[in-house]
Amino acid sequence: MIEARGLVKCYGSTIAVDNLSFDVMPGTVTGFLGPNGAGKSTTMRMMLGLDRPDAGTVRIGGKSYHDLRSPLREVGALLEAKAFHPGRTARAHLTALAASNAIPERRVGEVLEITGLEKAAGRRAGKFSLGMSQRLGIAAALLGDPAVLLLDEPVNGLDPEGIRWIRNLLKNLAAQGRTVLVSSHLISEVAQTADRLIVIGQGRLLAQTTVTELSARSSLEEAFFALTEGSTEYSASNLAYQGSLS
Amino acid sequence: MTTATLTRVPAETARPGYSFRSTARMEWLKLRSVRSTSWIVLVFAAGMIGLSVLVLSHEHWATMAAADRATFDPTNEGFTGLALGQLVLGVLGVLAITTEFSSGMIRATFAAVPRRPMVLAAKAAVVAAVTLVAGEVLAFGAFAAGELVLRSPAPHATFAQPGVLRAVLMGGAYPCLIALIALGLGAVIRNTAAAISAVVGMLFVVPLILLPLGTSVQHSVGQFLPMLIAENSMTAVKPVAHSLSPGAGLAVLCGYAAVALVAGGWALARRDA
Repeated sequence: MIEARGLVKCYGSTIAVDNLSFDVMPGTVTGFLGPNGAGKSTTMRMMLGLDRPDAGTVRIGGKSYHDLRSPLREVGALLEAKAFHPGRTARAHLTALAASNAIPERRVGEVLEITGLEKAAGRRAGKFSLGMSQRLGIAAALLGDPAVLLLDEPVNGLDPEGIRWIRNLLKNLAAQGRTVLVSSHLISEVAQTADRLIVIGQGRLLAQTTVTELSARSSLEEAFFALTEGSTEYSASNLAYQGSLS
Repeated sequence: MTTATLTRVPAETARPGYSFRSTARMEWLKLRSVRSTSWIVLVFAAGMIGLSVLVLSHEHWATMAAADRATFDPTNEGFTGLALGQLVLGVLGVLAITTEFSSGMIRATFAAVPRRPMVLAAKAAVVAAVTLVAGEVLAFGAFAAGELVLRSPAPHATFAQPGVLRAVLMGGAYPCLIALIALGLGAVIRNTAAAISAVVGMLFVVPLILLPLGTSVQHSVGQFLPMLIAENSMTAVKPVAHSLSPGAGLAVLCGYAAVALVAGGWALARRDA
């Protein structure tokens, strides 16, 4: 379980995350939704102790990330594709990360198999397609067999087969009782896997709900647009500009 | 209740977590799994041996002036390769951290080991081990190759002479200390090109800036510059005027490395990744 309380993050005079509180429950996939620039990635970096919040706390299983003794065994994260040295092979990348938390080396073979990268394991990761890079990132997230998974836009760059694969993977992980948080800016995508939703806009919590609840009133997309209206960066002026072109 | 706690605690502590040792193992696996490491060590070897051979095979004792003969230091001459060697091992130190920032790998590293000063300490231990071994092996190699090609009747250096073994050992330690300074600078600066520029500036540009400032400034400040410490203190068998003693030179460089690494650890812990 993840508990975020009163998170604030400012970059200069810009407020990226504004007094954000929410809970992420185990046993289900939670979608972390919001338009581009809503503060999803910033929030995820704060959960992992990578960015220091200006105020507020995040607890994972009751502990602050910094106090985890074996972080990879408790939290697996995919933040961005291609977050690896391009000259290192996929296997070497995973082997090094596993060593940091004393994870046995055979686990590297297992996660390569889970993500379908066995044949590409000896290739330099810099030559990977975006889809394969995402798989490598997911393999790294699964290394410690963690109870909590944080995935930032994991379907980016995946082909339809890859998207179906990851949907099933996430559902299975949640069914095993794990806490799974998946960010996206596409409601239609998240609705395929997630049960619960956390919707943010301009760094603020807009809704903590379920897919069923959100789609009860109108279509999912309509409901999402109604929620995020006024919190997107360019919406109104963009539409007007397109109108004048046609 | 008490028994439950008692039985649970050992299980908790027995669960492996990260430690300095496991973090150093990760850093070792990272360093050896990129091609740049072996290229750098290869260029370092070529520079150390090649320049020693080049310089000492061109010493002509017969035509040398008396003053030059008096200051001729065959041990010191064999370490001309350090001019190049310090730069390449400095680049190794920089790349050990800046490539993680350029690729985004640093976030995976810090997520695995949230104690950032521990990550830098582990990197420093691995970089120090690799560059010290490479430095010492090539220091002895450069010395041996140089004495081999130096033609008689020019005087040769042997380990039986006082100060020669010390000069060779310190010649091997010098590029390791530069690599550690570079690692610390890389942790502060984060950008590869900027950090390498800083290393080049420290090693080559600052001495040039001192040139027009007159001999008194050169004498007082110059003895504290890394390259001049290597040349006039650490690898010198015959004492050079206006220079630190070998031990003091080594101590000053260790001080620089410590300051750079502490600054690097502080910057990593303080700034967002």
